Amino acid sequence: MEKEFLEHRLGINRRKFLSSLSLGIGSVALGSLLIPDLFSGLGGDNAADFIPGLPNFAPKAKRIIYLFQDGAPSQLESFDYKPKLREMMGQELPASVRGNQILTGMTANQKSYPLAGSFYDFKQYGKNGAWVSDLFPHIGSIADDICIIKTIYTEAINHDPALTFFQTGAQQGNRPSMGSWVSYGLGSENKNLPAFTVLLSKGKGNGQGVYSKLWSNGFLDSIHQGVLFSSSENPVLYLNDPDGLDRQERRKMLDKLAELNDISAKEFHDPEITTKVQQYEMAYRMQTAVPDIMDVSKEPDDIVKLYGPDCLVPGTYAANCLLARKLSENGVRFVQLYHQGWDQHTNLPKEMAGQAMDVDQASAALVTDLKQRGLLDETLVIWGGEFGRTNYSQGKLLKDNYGRDHHPRCFSIWMAGGGITPGIVYGETDDFGYNIVRNPVHVHDFHATILNQLGIDHTKLTFKSLGRRYRLTDVAGNVVRDIIS
Amino acid sequence: MRLKVFIAVLFVAGVLIGVNACHSSSEKSVASEDIPDTISYNFNIRPILSDKCFKCHGPDANKRQANLRLDIPESAYAALKDDPKTHALVPGDLGASELYRRVTSTDSEEMMPTPKSGLKRLTPYEVALVKKWIRQGAKYEKHWAFVPPKSPAIPAVEDKAWPKNTIDYFVLHKQEQKGFTPNPEADKERLLKRLSFDLNGLPPDIATMDKFLADKRPDAYERMVDELMARPQYGEKMALHWLDIARFADSHGYQDDNYRTQWPWRDWVIHAYNENLPYKDFITWQLAGDLIPNHTEEQLLATGFNRNHKITEEGGVIDEEYRVSYVTDRTNTFGKALLGISLECAHCHDHKFDPFSQKEYYQVFSFFNSVKEAGLQSTVGGPETYAKRPMMQISNADVKNILKFVNKQDTGRLIVSVMGDSEVYRKTYILKRGNYDTHGDEVFPGTPKAILPFNPNYPKNRLGLAEWLFDDKNPLTARAYVNQIWEEFFGRGIVKTLGDFGMQGDLPSNPELLDWLAVDFKTHGWNIKRLVKEIVMSATYRQSAVVAPDKYKNDPDNVLLARGPRKRLPAEFIRDMVLASSGLLNKTIGGPSVNPYQPPGLWESTTSGRGQLASYRQVHGPNLYRRGMYTLIKRTSPPVEMAIFDASNRDQCEVMRLRTNTPLQALEMMNDPTMLESARVLSAKLLQEKNQPKDKIYEAFRRIICRKPSGQEMTILNSYYADQLKSMNEKNAEKLLNVGEYPIPAGMDKITLAAMMKVIDTIYNLEEAITKT
Repeated sequence: MEKEFLEHRLGINRRKFLSSLSLGIGSVALGSLLIPDLFSGLGGDNAADFIPGLPNFAPKAKRIIYLFQDGAPSQLESFDYKPKLREMMGQELPASVRGNQILTGMTANQKSYPLAGSFYDFKQYGKNGAWVSDLFPHIGSIADDICIIKTIYTEAINHDPALTFFQTGAQQGNRPSMGSWVSYGLGSENKNLPAFTVLLSKGKGNGQGVYSKLWSNGFLDSIHQGVLFSSSENPVLYLNDPDGLDRQERRKMLDKLAELNDISAKEFHDPEITTKVQQYEMAYRMQTAVPDIMDVSKEPDDIVKLYGPDCLVPGTYAANCLLARKLSENGVRFVQLYHQGWDQHTNLPKEMAGQAMDVDQASAALVTDLKQRGLLDETLVIWGGEFGRTNYSQGKLLKDNYGRDHHPRCFSIWMAGGGITPGIVYGETDDFGYNIVRNPVHVHDFHATILNQLGIDHTKLTFKSLGRRYRLTDVAGNVVRDIIS
Repeated sequence: MRLKVFIAVLFVAGVLIGVNACHSSSEKSVASEDIPDTISYNFNIRPILSDKCFKCHGPDANKRQANLRLDIPESAYAALKDDPKTHALVPGDLGASELYRRVTSTDSEEMMPTPKSGLKRLTPYEVALVKKWIRQGAKYEKHWAFVPPKSPAIPAVEDKAWPKNTIDYFVLHKQEQKGFTPNPEADKERLLKRLSFDLNGLPPDIATMDKFLADKRPDAYERMVDELMARPQYGEKMALHWLDIARFADSHGYQDDNYRTQWPWRDWVIHAYNENLPYKDFITWQLAGDLIPNHTEEQLLATGFNRNHKITEEGGVIDEEYRVSYVTDRTNTFGKALLGISLECAHCHDHKFDPFSQKEYYQVFSFFNSVKEAGLQSTVGGPETYAKRPMMQISNADVKNILKFVNKQDTGRLIVSVMGDSEVYRKTYILKRGNYDTHGDEVFPGTPKAILPFNPNYPKNRLGLAEWLFDDKNPLTARAYVNQIWEEFFGRGIVKTLGDFGMQGDLPSNPELLDWLAVDFKTHGWNIKRLVKEIVMSATYRQSAVVAPDKYKNDPDNVLLARGPRKRLPAEFIRDMVLASSGLLNKTIGGPSVNPYQPPGLWESTTSGRGQLASYRQVHGPNLYRRGMYTLIKRTSPPVEMAIFDASNRDQCEVMRLRTNTPLQALEMMNDPTMLESARVLSAKLLQEKNQPKDKIYEAFRRIICRKPSGQEMTILNSYYADQLKSMNEKNAEKLLNVGEYPIPAGMDKITLAAMMKVIDTIYNLEEAITKT
């Protein structure tokens, strides 16, 4: 059934693709629809308008796609290969390894902390022989294009503060999201789309939800807020006109509106009135431009095959990866994806396999797709969660079933493109996968590095609010020079 | 854009300089970089030092470089520790003042601020100010906000006919100094619209408009003011701002984000404003109602204020970490909302700009630290988790007798989180770097000395803290509140940074007016209705909002108030306007929050799947048409209809909303079912009247825009209607009408209905419809 459906879609796709070629529809044509200043704030004619002097130096990356794995995937079943844990299966976590680590309320009262080796085998991939588990063969296959960091660490051990920390540089909330900072710093690259868009998907694994504060503009102007896009019928909130109202009628209505607004503009001379008229015009143009970008039916077979059949099913991670590429290639500075369901306190082997199935192929496809379009050099792709998972089992350890609690001290993420050195594995953890041995990367360092790739000195991107200059990196952060090419 | 902002900045600087400059240079160009005759430390120098020097040479002892602090004269005048022959400042002696040499130096080793600091260098204008200040003796002044307000002399004005009350003298005096004249009074229709939204958050209905237009008595305006202030909607209007301050919401806010029942507290706020509870009681009850001897149920309910913050239900958290975060939230809210200062910075270290030490932060913190609460009381669950302990239960008998204002709609158990201290005082320690588990020295209840030391005769609890707040010598309490209220009416505070009167905040644009208002408010028993009436009765408030081009050029932000406020309505009132003008509005006050229409999937795509609010359950019937302030706020996915128009997400205390103008707002106005349904319902209503189409359009315009349309406007709308009648077909009409749940009266012609609906929808989309004019 599913296969049939796919072939049917592929057939449609092929025809549509060919016809679209002759029409020249694509990003180039879209460019002509672009109207200056949509989403770039209330005025100004280019991105640098936001902060004089930005970028601070020549950027490597122009855009970011952040594939956030919400719930925290286990590093021990993905990119941090620890054969010792299998050898010591069921033995107690040595106190010397745990040290003074505070545990969450979920395992703090556990009587024993039995070490749990990965249920899944690992293989080496790429020229560098990077170890990747069998759950992620597609990501393994692009090992030469990505940089795996095994030693990222955080300060938070619970989802909400940890996610908030990763996205805003602070655990408390009410600070601007990374995407908002980037929008504020660099503005919109292509002016008919917001600089910062958000896409959500859900796996079947244990989920923890996401919160709109993660893409909040905080104290920055709300023009920098992440705009939620969905692959549903209404890709942007309130985008679609009601049934029974065609484009011509909408145009007519807007013309009347402009005529009437002009009367009060002449009476009041309030510039807000003119701005309002412009915003309606931009909304009108968005109504055409956005569905065009969101329409994946014109994607050719090989692209659909690359991302996998799910990419044609709206709302899936694969569909969002494909949309992310389209948004990004059309100039969206920051595309933030969240895939939920990675919180494997129990049933890890089964649940994680399901989650990996959702994301493995499409994540790799996105990198490959950007590369074949020559866009990977200027697009930074990031893959990872908010913390890691414990090397011991939460609850009962069985040979084929166990769970892992939250672990902040080390976990793995990977990055690709945007001037990050490809084909390397950075940092080393101990044999227990519990502590960092070499090259730790703090969340603030991670943020500093990302901003650096965009040509921004993280200490200079500041905003004064309530008497204090705020930064994404708070008062810390060092650029990880070792992974920059 | 850049240029505009630049000019605006210069202008504000210019105005501020004018404050102490005493030179009557009328018609001075806004961009004038004139150096005032007398340099004021507070208004000219401190902003420079605070912005560019205090980071390393300010109050924060840990970050201080070279042992030099420039925020106090004793240190700035003293010999430098590293170089005893040199002094940062030598009053009157520019050449001997090392500070001047360093800020003008071009040597990267010597220049200040250092290139490494990331701070910008002083502009030539700033250097000139510093130079003159040193020559004039480098005199320091205490920060203006920490000096208790004294009622200033009422200034003399040239145009003696214009002022209607004391406010106007202060405003006009500033205008005359700058060569401005006020706008004439707004016409009656526009004035009524402004007044109605400012006092009720609703448009005036046609009967009220007709009555006011017909009332030719000299005190017609005042009568209308009194009438609107006596309506129960006054309490709703005033409450909205307080709900932002109090970060009121209907969910716990973290992760699973389950439902909570804090709404009886919200009903109390509305009630308190309607009863005109003096601000002193309003705050004392909220801070310490539970500690008042023989307190009433109402006073206890008021303390829900300090339990509106987010509370976790995430299973794995460390209890103490979250308990500390709640106490922190209360401390920060106390500073920002009630004092107008950000204490927050001192949570982790000595304040870098304001004279508050970390120790003082935790002294204030200690007042809120003995609550009988847990960091994690219960994980997401059923009705027993809707309020966390300490809590009160509101019975049906309570609602019949003492808590009549609580709109309890069923006989179910109703619980509200309130304050309540444990019998044992919880010791408070300085938390190093703000970490919950890194205790420093023990501290005891106290308040920042720079503001006002805590009187040892006060009880060392929240009740004592309330007494301190309303101590006659407290310099901030009255100023902070009158400034917030001023912003509500004029769209801009006298101090623009409502939550920061500290060193980094903006200076007051009219300090004498601010102080007069503050003292007047205090000496008249903290009477809120009186304050509000004072503001709306002023000639300043009643001015036309026409922005004359030269005035715009010279004062784009209307700092001088030489024109009336013209501001986009807050999110909630946009909804209210649409519902009220169509006749759909359900005027019920209070009760549980409701879920009106919302685009599908928003809650479902973000939820963990647990709890009462995992999926959106839309209401039906009259509850679809409640005022915007009653829309349920789930913190992790707040109502988008409101968020698009800058409503607070109620995550933390918010003293001031942004006011943006975006394409998403246009999309919402065009396509939100609430807007379309209202247009449809009003269309049906008007078509049932026996009159001409032009009469119907005329009435729709009045209901929505709150004034009679001009002939030109009528011509455009009439022709649009004629066009729509012609171009509309049955099929499209049917589709267009298929929006919202409110029934369509039987037997109506669909094409006529849809054509009129589109005309009305167009009126709803006018800029003026959602603008206080």
